[in-house]
Amino acid sequence: MEIISDLSGELATLFLGILGTLPALIGYVAVILLAMIVWRFARSKMQSRADYTSLKTVTFGDESAVVSDKAASVISIVLIFVIWGAFTGSAWLPKLLHAPGAFTGQDSFSYTVEYADGSTDDAEVLVNVFPKGGSPEGISVAAGNGPAASDVVEVQAYRSKLIVWDQNDAVKRADGAKITSVGGMAIAAGEDVTLPFGRVALTDKGTMNFEPGTGWQMEDIWLPAPNAVAERLVTLWQDGYQNVTLAEHLSYSLFRVIVGFLLGALIGIPLGYAMGLSNWFRGWFDPIVEFMRPVPPLALIPLVIIWFGIGEQGKIILLFLAALWIMAIGARSGVSGVKISKVHAAYSLGASKVQILRHVIIPNSLPEIFTAARVAMGVCWGTVVAAELVAAEKGVGKMIVAASKFQATDIVLTGIILIGIIGFGIDVLMRLMEKWLVPWKGKG
Amino acid sequence: MSGLAIDKISMRFDLPDGGAVQALKDVSLDLKQGELLSVLGPSGCGKTTLLNIVAGFLAPTAGEIRLNGHTVQGPDAERGMVFQQGALFEWMSVRENVSFGPDMKGMKKAESREIVEHLLDVVGLQDFKDKMVYELSGGMQQRVALARCLANDPDVILMDEPLGALDALTREKMQGLVLRLWKETGKTIILITHSVEEALLLGERLLVMAPRPGRIHKEYRLPFAEMGVGADLREVKKHPEYGPTREEILTMIWDMEEEIMGGTAGGEA
Repeated sequence: MEIISDLSGELATLFLGILGTLPALIGYVAVILLAMIVWRFARSKMQSRADYTSLKTVTFGDESAVVSDKAASVISIVLIFVIWGAFTGSAWLPKLLHAPGAFTGQDSFSYTVEYADGSTDDAEVLVNVFPKGGSPEGISVAAGNGPAASDVVEVQAYRSKLIVWDQNDAVKRADGAKITSVGGMAIAAGEDVTLPFGRVALTDKGTMNFEPGTGWQMEDIWLPAPNAVAERLVTLWQDGYQNVTLAEHLSYSLFRVIVGFLLGALIGIPLGYAMGLSNWFRGWFDPIVEFMRPVPPLALIPLVIIWFGIGEQGKIILLFLAALWIMAIGARSGVSGVKISKVHAAYSLGASKVQILRHVIIPNSLPEIFTAARVAMGVCWGTVVAAELVAAEKGVGKMIVAASKFQATDIVLTGIILIGIIGFGIDVLMRLMEKWLVPWKGKG
Repeated sequence: MSGLAIDKISMRFDLPDGGAVQALKDVSLDLKQGELLSVLGPSGCGKTTLLNIVAGFLAPTAGEIRLNGHTVQGPDAERGMVFQQGALFEWMSVRENVSFGPDMKGMKKAESREIVEHLLDVVGLQDFKDKMVYELSGGMQQRVALARCLANDPDVILMDEPLGALDALTREKMQGLVLRLWKETGKTIILITHSVEEALLLGERLLVMAPRPGRIHKEYRLPFAEMGVGADLREVKKHPEYGPTREEILTMIWDMEEEIMGGTAGGEA
């Protein structure tokens, strides 16, 4: 019963979180829709090509009439960078488009102290917020009249600082002095007051805690600006990270994927053929393949580390296993997919079993094998990064996890972007090869 | 001993649910070299099963097939096969498809090339020989299938509804081609079809089969195939015997279909 209440609590938190992001999502969709209306209007003013599709009156529901709108793709990508830049204060964007940033500079607020005898006195706090990389300037302020002397607080943006306001006063908190208002607003211990440039909270012990306003922009360690990531990419390429060049990290990852995939294909494809051509082989391997297929390769990482350590051998075996089942199943369904009339025709034309394998079954299964290879390469690429996150000496996953330990978020982001680009590149390459090597795909 | 003997073929197999099917019972037939036989019958009469047994893809439970005196044991290049559609190799060009048989035999390139060029001329595909088969229309693909079968110079050609998937006009043209090839090559041909007209036009002998168990119901000897060689098939249809024979066979098959339905279902489109 406890688990149900726990889970429903989680669900409520999740739901509230989604509700919280709703305004941002609606804004994003609104911008996209606005762009769509503007673009459609602009295009309707231009001369359009009179191709066949443009003459269709029924397009809603006609899948062949729906093609990816290039303009929408461009806007989509540009918008991602604009949003990213706006909320990180990127140098690539004009200041006009920046979201309000964190407060820096000087300002002040007043506070009122009430003493044990009921008398009160006002004092000021001079605030100096310096940006990251700056340092306190050692500002001093005149004490002013009365028992409460004015204070100075110097704090870095995005940080907070306690103001022990009574340390320069004659009457201390221990004598019964306490703050009753900040910036003209009444306050008690445990409450806080929001000022135009930050927030002041009164702790249980009666001191003030000042947090300068953070604005809407992200701090570097949350999300670095796109230009910072680009610069990091250049320095990573030139100097590497932790004495390993970026090229080396990437080559290690790619090497593992390619070797693991090739080994998996080398064993998996003949295995799949055997399963598709012989009762005995199918009976032999079906239980193994059907059991291993749903086990995600990531679940094997701990076992592989225990058995083979964190070196290349373990990783290649892991990727081999990731590719093996996919390739075996692809080859098996490639064989099963051969039309029996093709095989019969080949036999009637005098072909032997070997000739049928070579000239009918293999070419007929190639499209399926290519599809499986694309899936396998994708899975291998994902698995290698995850395996490197867990344990490795080199590799792009290792780079990310090492950088995350030092909160070098720009390196983490650079790594993620490179992983995405390379994964996409592998898929494009496989698709090109498929087009070139099996032009008869889907034409049977 | 030249010719094809179908000798008391029976075929019975068990079903997974414990029942059994008598697909064929005591089917006997002798075909002389160069005879053209068309086979008709309602669905389930075992005509495709019979063809597969002759081709050697299925083993009968009783009886045997003899070709030129020897017993058929399995598929062989002496018995060529033309399927309805989709039996071409789409990873090969038209030329490669046609020369598949000679290539598998290990025939010399120069020799097979001559055969292929000749057959491409015969079926009228000379201009398309370097195309991939999936670039051709359905009718052209069946021309490739015919040429591919002939390239192997088989003794018997087995056709399993070879024109079934073609449109009416293409089908008529292809019927003329089949007749021409039959006369020019002198091959023994067994052709299975659903179309009574096609069976009449493309059968020196016409076999009507009956279901449950699959057996020969009636055999005809017809003049139309001979008349149709090199002639307009529409003229052949004006022959006084054509109409009545067609009606007789149609009624026969219709009655069988009714019987299968148990008279309950009425007509099916």
